[in-house]
Amino acid sequence: MGNLNFILPEIFISLSIMFLLVLGVFKKESSKLIFNISLLVFLITCIITINETFSVSRETLFNKSVVIDSMSSLMKIITLIGGLLVLIISSSYLKIYKIYNIEYPVLILSSVLGMMVMISSNDLIVFYMGLELQSLALYVLATFNRDQLISSEAGLKYFVLSALSSGLLLYGCSLIYGFSGSTNFDIISNQLNYNDYVLTFGIVFILVGLAFKISAVPFHMWAPDVYEGSPTTVTLFFSIVPKIAALTVLIRFLYVPFLNLIEQWQMIIVFLSIASMVFGAVAAIGQTNIKRLIAYSSIGHIGYTLAGLTTVSNEGIQSSIIYISIYAIMNLAFFSCLLMLKRKDQYYENIDDLSGLSKNHPILSLSFLIILFSLAGIPPLAGFFAKFYIFKAVLEQSMYFLAIVGLLSTVVAAFYYLRIIKIMYFDNEKEKYDTDHSIALKFSLTISTILILTYFIFPSQLIEVVSRINII
Amino acid sequence: MIEIALGHYLTLGAIIFSIGVIGIFLNRKNIIVILMSIELILLAVNINLVSFSIFLGDLAGQVFTLFILTVAAAEAAIGLAIIVVYFRNSGTIRVEEIDKLKG
Repeated sequence: MGNLNFILPEIFISLSIMFLLVLGVFKKESSKLIFNISLLVFLITCIITINETFSVSRETLFNKSVVIDSMSSLMKIITLIGGLLVLIISSSYLKIYKIYNIEYPVLILSSVLGMMVMISSNDLIVFYMGLELQSLALYVLATFNRDQLISSEAGLKYFVLSALSSGLLLYGCSLIYGFSGSTNFDIISNQLNYNDYVLTFGIVFILVGLAFKISAVPFHMWAPDVYEGSPTTVTLFFSIVPKIAALTVLIRFLYVPFLNLIEQWQMIIVFLSIASMVFGAVAAIGQTNIKRLIAYSSIGHIGYTLAGLTTVSNEGIQSSIIYISIYAIMNLAFFSCLLMLKRKDQYYENIDDLSGLSKNHPILSLSFLIILFSLAGIPPLAGFFAKFYIFKAVLEQSMYFLAIVGLLSTVVAAFYYLRIIKIMYFDNEKEKYDTDHSIALKFSLTISTILILTYFIFPSQLIEVVSRINII
Repeated sequence: MIEIALGHYLTLGAIIFSIGVIGIFLNRKNIIVILMSIELILLAVNINLVSFSIFLGDLAGQVFTLFILTVAAAEAAIGLAIIVVYFRNSGTIRVEEIDKLKG
């Protein structure tokens, strides 16, 4: 029995979930209270994670089925902060749609718990349990606005495709278990030998399942529909937090159990990366709904993140982690802007609704401008540096084709980001939007925009934290 | 008398798994059939895991199977709940008519 302090964050968060559920049943009209307690739970868990695990280099627990290392603690902290910020900016949106229920924070907490289990899993069983805990909570979150047809349809589609992908992933797990004789990642890594073609099947099934979760092309088909149909705050959650967790698991799968089988998976990841970058750039051009556009844009960004993973070097993994963190900040800022497009209790989410925004709301459109430039990767904003690290890592391994495709799709993607800016600044203005936003929304928009804007002054902090991650 | 070996069990698992996957993609009528197909996929995985566990002499596979059974039950419950919510809003669960979101 190892030191239980290392999983104190998970223990604390699961006890809090049970407490909040009981409280929600016995106390009437307790939504506001439970929202505030959940924010507190996120904060405390984050502090515990930093305290207990941040300085740990590598520890294993429970027969080596749970691993605490610098990658898992960093990713857990990013996940927790993401969940906290999503919860903070959700409340006014939920109140307007009359879905300000106690279940929302509890579901967010339990999916974050599932992700934390996933992130530090070192065993197929633990990994699967974490994955299912987060998926089951996410199915319900997608359907959260249950009186609205599109929300329930989004939930239904997400349920069917996600359950299918879990099935494929499990089939892969069963093959890997059968041919390596263990469910533990470290043992699998020693047992696997090169010539067993059944193992290739297992790896392909597992990669397909994980590609579904991070919505990489060609397994992206659920993303635009689910992003459009779910409530906007849930879309924000979908586009940030589960991707961080799934990416961590993907890194762990590729670089712990399957490290010896690089020839088998490297081409698959290169293909996924190129397909996502190109498809994300091209398919977003014709979109009219902003949430749908963000879905395609996130598919493109996942392509760049995967490009870092193809390099089989620590620099590549670190650049992917930096990319996903900066992407999370940019998406948070973008959705905060989107949640400000509100007029008389009605939220607007079409690109046309942005037309002439700069005349009535100069500050909002200025931050929109900064965020879109950053998403397009224009220097000196944070998005440029994220792409720069990826391309640097890819070029160091002399993978020129991947780098060229990435650069070209950046150019194509810049077109649709710049088109939004053109609509905002040069088209005819519309009615004014409300300006009475909650403090939390203004806070998250300000903080994230400042981070994007000033990243180039102090890039070394993030790099220093990430450079402690050495998987290989 | 033929000896039933690991290969037979794996073939059975593979066949049931394929029926499940094909059932999800070919089915044009009813969402409940999709739910059944998902259930079939998970059961195929269970057959695989139990037979591997027996032939390897290692208990982890059977433990994994128990976990999968529990999760499958939870998943079916949530899936049915989502289908009920969808039916209340749209009045149909025909797969062809689930097309409000596209583009």
